[in-house]
Amino acid sequence: MTTERPPTLGLDSRRLAHAIRLHCLRMTSTGGSSHIGSCLSIADLMAVLYARVLHLDPQQPKHPGRDRFILSKGHAGAAVYATLAECGFMPTAKLATHYQDGSDLSGHVSHKGIPGVELSTGSLGHGLGVGTGMALAAAQAGQDHRVVALLSDGECDEGSNWEAILFAAHHRLRHLCAIVDYNKIQSLAPVAETVALEPFADKWSSFGWEVRRCNGHDHVAVEAALRPASDDKPVVVIADTIKGKGVSFMEHQVLWHYRTARGDEFAAAQRELESLP
Amino acid sequence: MRDTFIARLLQHAEQDPRITLITGDLGFKVFDEFRARRPGQFLNAGVAEQNMTALATGMALEGRVAFTYSIANFSTLRCLEQIRNDACYHGANVKVVSVGGGFSYGALGISHHATEDLAILRSLPDITVFSPGDLWEAAEATSACINTPGTCYLRLDKSAGKPTRRDGEVFEPGRIRTVRAGTDVCIVVTGGILEEAQAAADLLALDGVSVRILSVHTLRPLDSRTLVEAARACKAILTLEEHSLHGGLGGAVAEALMDAGFMPPRCKRLGMAGAFSSIVGSQSYLRKRYGLDAVAVAATVRSLLEGRPCAG
Repeated sequence: MTTERPPTLGLDSRRLAHAIRLHCLRMTSTGGSSHIGSCLSIADLMAVLYARVLHLDPQQPKHPGRDRFILSKGHAGAAVYATLAECGFMPTAKLATHYQDGSDLSGHVSHKGIPGVELSTGSLGHGLGVGTGMALAAAQAGQDHRVVALLSDGECDEGSNWEAILFAAHHRLRHLCAIVDYNKIQSLAPVAETVALEPFADKWSSFGWEVRRCNGHDHVAVEAALRPASDDKPVVVIADTIKGKGVSFMEHQVLWHYRTARGDEFAAAQRELESLP
Repeated sequence: MRDTFIARLLQHAEQDPRITLITGDLGFKVFDEFRARRPGQFLNAGVAEQNMTALATGMALEGRVAFTYSIANFSTLRCLEQIRNDACYHGANVKVVSVGGGFSYGALGISHHATEDLAILRSLPDITVFSPGDLWEAAEATSACINTPGTCYLRLDKSAGKPTRRDGEVFEPGRIRTVRAGTDVCIVVTGGILEEAQAAADLLALDGVSVRILSVHTLRPLDSRTLVEAARACKAILTLEEHSLHGGLGGAVAEALMDAGFMPPRCKRLGMAGAFSSIVGSQSYLRKRYGLDAVAVAATVRSLLEGRPCAG
């Protein structure tokens, strides 16, 4: 039994990415939260997913035929909230409450009270496993919607991911797609200096996944990489990204995993993001 | 209890396609019939309890009632965060089953002694905790897991008390069962160690001591009303569990009585004092060793009633 799928939203991904970046900067600066670098890193991935790839219906967030999106790197939750608001799942005005007293827009993404959030995360290494269960249930029911989980590179240190990677390949979950935001910087230092992941693509490939690699800021390349599986394998898109992408003084900087842009830094960052093409 | 659980689960699975049983690569031979009759509802997740619990959550969020199964601490502590963040927080129909409560696998060593699970699991929000005492309670708690929305924990024991069901009795989840009436002392017990409370009550009856036994098959939510009634009606109250004294049944009972503003004049908690048992042995041996068997329970009751300090 195949459930009817809603169409993609068919939005302009460039415009969406632009809006996500500005929202994330304002949200993290107003609320005083961390992770602006992580949000900017995935802004283009989020934009392409929601504008062009995922089949969703903002009027029916629980549409049974929808694609399921999980942000496993929950610390970039502001990017999910911004995306959902821009796509009509909730009012954009709500974003101003992010990370503040009494808000349900937590620093790490939470589903409670937020239509369109499939899974609350924040502890790393959870999203892919839950997505695997969603994909397995769909496969067993003969449904063809996709389950997409977006992970960080540092998150791949978590052993639980590799349990799910083994399992998903064994069960040939072709509708499961993992995206790794490969900006090569984790919490305290570059990935290569922390726990090296390379040869990263080979690891996924040897675990039985179809591996695709793309520039995570090139919308055409991202959309192409997110095409459905070509084989009976789950797909991983290793997206080469830049932490802090879009703000010159944040790009490639470990500092902006935690630092909040305030005062002159906020003004400068906002100017740069507003002037992006 | 394990076979009772699987038999009851299979009955439900044949009627309810939502039910999915996921094992963490344990249960040699015991799932053969289930798998043969409901192959699409059985899954071996491999030796990967974190993923087992996460994928059970994913399946539950898609409409399944997903049971995860392993022994001792593997289905609970190994994947505690998946139970907390994934299953409980999302109100997912994940039913965590551990076979081997307490010293069920006593000879296998501390890795297989499940002696903190109740304290840890009962502290989680949005979870229902079942710890049945006899085979009937085990079967009924299995059904209750299916009928209770959200995440549940089912602790199964190798041992089981003598049958306690009265004719026509209906199992009520969340309601403590009075399995023996009495007025001198109330023994509050959870799990298969109910059998030791029953044997202790038989011993004490020889001395004319009237023992009430409460079987707490549902530890969360806890039926405070029945507890407080019993504590008021009896001269002394004793809790008995094959579990650490830190945060288990005894702690839960003390919390309930304190919240009710009632401090029983004579009370005692029996359980593991909090140390690991590097000593191994059968379940009955270890109970004896740690003062949790019928003889020790009876002795503790006598001391309580006589106002003498209790051992342990």
